[in-house]
Amino acid sequence: MPPPTLDSILDERRSQPQELIEVLQDVQKHYGYISEDSMKTVSNELGVPLMDVYSVASFYKAFALQPRGKNVIRICTGTACHVRGAKLILNQAVGQLGIEPDEVSDDGLFTIEHVNCLGACALGPVVTDNGSYHNHMSPGKLRKLIKSLHKADTEENSND
Amino acid sequence: MTKIKTIKSLEALRKRILKDRKKIQSTLVMCGGTGCQASRCQDVIDAVKNELAKQGLTKNVCIRTTGCHGFCEQGPLMVIEPDNIFYCHILPDDAHEIVTKTIRDNEVVERLLYIDPGSGKQVQTESEIPFYRAQDRHLLAQNRLVDPCSIEDYIAIGGYAAFAKALFEIPPESIVREIKDSGLRGRGGGGFPTGRKWSECASATGDEKYVICNADEGDPGAYMDRCVLEGNPHLVLEGMMIGALAIGAHQGYVYVRNEYPLAVKHARVAIEQAREIGLLGANILGSSFSFDTDIARGGGAFVCGESTALMSSLEGKVGEPRPKDVHTVTDGLWHKPTTLNNVETWANVPAIILNGSSWFASKGSKGSKGTKILALTGHIKNTGLVEVAMGTTINTIVFDIGGGGSNGNSIKAVQTGGPSGGCLPADKFGLAVDFDELAKAGSMVGSGGMVVMGQETCMVDVAKYFLTFLQDESCGKCVPCRLGIDRMLEIVTDITEGNGTHQQISLLEELGSTVSQTALCGLGKTAANPVLSTLRYFRDEYETHINEKKCSAGVCQALVTYSVDSEKCTCCGICKRACPHGAVVGKKKQVHAVNLDLCQKCGICKSECDFDAIQVQ
Ligand SMILES: Cc1cc2nc3c(=O)[nH]c(=O)nc-3n(C[C@H](O)[C@H](O)[C@H](O)COP(=O)(O)O)c2cc1C
Ligand code: FES
Repeated sequence: MPPPTLDSILDERRSQPQELIEVLQDVQKHYGYISEDSMKTVSNELGVPLMDVYSVASFYKAFALQPRGKNVIRICTGTACHVRGAKLILNQAVGQLGIEPDEVSDDGLFTIEHVNCLGACALGPVVTDNGSYHNHMSPGKLRKLIKSLHKADTEENSND
Repeated sequence: MTKIKTIKSLEALRKRILKDRKKIQSTLVMCGGTGCQASRCQDVIDAVKNELAKQGLTKNVCIRTTGCHGFCEQGPLMVIEPDNIFYCHILPDDAHEIVTKTIRDNEVVERLLYIDPGSGKQVQTESEIPFYRAQDRHLLAQNRLVDPCSIEDYIAIGGYAAFAKALFEIPPESIVREIKDSGLRGRGGGGFPTGRKWSECASATGDEKYVICNADEGDPGAYMDRCVLEGNPHLVLEGMMIGALAIGAHQGYVYVRNEYPLAVKHARVAIEQAREIGLLGANILGSSFSFDTDIARGGGAFVCGESTALMSSLEGKVGEPRPKDVHTVTDGLWHKPTTLNNVETWANVPAIILNGSSWFASKGSKGSKGTKILALTGHIKNTGLVEVAMGTTINTIVFDIGGGGSNGNSIKAVQTGGPSGGCLPADKFGLAVDFDELAKAGSMVGSGGMVVMGQETCMVDVAKYFLTFLQDESCGKCVPCRLGIDRMLEIVTDITEGNGTHQQISLLEELGSTVSQTALCGLGKTAANPVLSTLRYFRDEYETHINEKKCSAGVCQALVTYSVDSEKCTCCGICKRACPHGAVVGKKKQVHAVNLDLCQKCGICKSECDFDAIQVQ
């Protein structure tokens, strides 16, 4: 299914400044990030100054202002995961992919994000790949996960 | 579904649902909470569905996928009604045996039962499991009884009866009085008396008022709000409807963390169902009362859990708090009188109205009534969500319910109250989980996170962890919070890197008290708690870092070096393959070594070694 157009996201929300965050949530969800162009359109259509759109978009963690990798690995660094070694998991991802959190790997396949809590604290360390949960993570398990994602993507490309 | 327009038709609907369900022989209740989903419960559910269809048992046997049952560590979980047989750690391959034996032949599959670690014996039902036995699960137990996406399930267990009672039998002032008399205090962290908030909002002038449910749950390590909203959204909605009735609001908002997509979805479905059936909208149940509610997704900012920042975010703006000299009960969302309560607070309301304030007040301690849901996590055997009467001691929670340290290890501390709370040492575990008692000890109940820490945790690192978190989450509007946290973090970082001095400890204490007295909102006012509480109870660890430049727990990277214990090394090579920095050297069948020039001290080799051969000193 193609992502809904910006137009349809804005439907029934035009000229309602209080809808700004909800609109940006939908843009983020369907496009993976909030581009300068979409900020300009949102600003015009909702009647919110561009500066305010930018300050909201940059204030909230949910919004990325740059495109992200195809696979988003989110690593929980919340307290419960921290005491169970979330740092190791983050180190593994950073070391293996050679990128820092929020950067995109050269092949465009990966972005690492760290988040405050993924809400499955009893099963830490917790990691999600593109939204699906993995519990009791270890550096070894993550290494395999990243490898398998990598493999799936490169195979997909060679089939094209 | 047809709209219900009177209280009589609500009761008739309830009777009809119950009658229709009489013919069900057995229900397989599957936990579909986030924890069990992470343990791949969906595969089990699909397998069980297939198996039931294959064996032609779909007619009188149901599957109910519910919210979290609490015992996440044992997931995927299943309870089979009517005998309430409890199975844990279920795999898709077990479906055939479960359906054949338990459903068809009425036998128990013993290998899927829980084994009581105390007695070593298998137990059949939740009520026999120590983890559940010591709890008082008046909110959490309901999760098992309802499919969150079924308003019929909720009505079947008596749902919306409290609202109907409040609507037709109790005048608004008396609803407020009931809540006041119950002694209910806010579950979102502050412990503010809910009845007082409602009464101030009810008497505020203005015909437009709002109720808001705070489901932002920013405290890392706490997930009870998620579990209640995700597992029983109608309960929260019913609480909000009663609150709206009491204060005279016609519009509500549920502000949910965006990281909780399932909670957003379930709350949405619940609202739509309630609208469809006529429990939300104009002239509810034929009365003059009209009320509706909407959902707003949070943007992932911790400070937006704070009431004034949340309201500003709801208005579509940056989530910055404002000074609280004007209270939100008179000047809140869009400058209208607003009552904001936490998910768990709202969830407690229906039962108070139905059973009376004295029923609620009979549970709990002198100043903290009712039950509290706690998230038990970290270095503890039984992790999960537990609900206990307030006033229960930490000892009972950690040892009787939690089963003690993981792998039988000893416990050093419990962190309660999240980034605003503090760390309590083992000799304080006699303390009760009570708003006032924990505050006196330098911590707080907060939203109910309880992170258990074993000997492998460095308490200075914990202080650094929270300061880093708060520095990142401070909105930067007020100077004491913005600069105070920065400066405290600088000092603590110095200490963890072996550059600390004794004078810095008193400077930390001074800074901490200044920030707490001068910051604008609760984030800054409580930001020093993790530092001050670790200084109070674990000062010796700070001193070891300063005097001996040593981290006894082996956590602080700058103070440790990695090496291979040649006695223990079996030359398996796993550390070499695991190291992302190429810092482990050694040939096949040779004892390996760490190249200190390349070593980043990331700890991966140690975590991977099966023979405990990596030394950290
Ligand atoms: C920085 C900060 C974060 C907060 N986060 C939350 C939160 O995530 N959820 C919550 O219910 N309350 C949170 N609170 C408390 C709210 O400000 C407010 O007191 C509470 O939601 C009121 O509801 P209650 O009286 O039912 O607890 C937070 C407070 C502060 C200062
Ligand atoms: S702390 Fe990691 S999931 Fe909550």
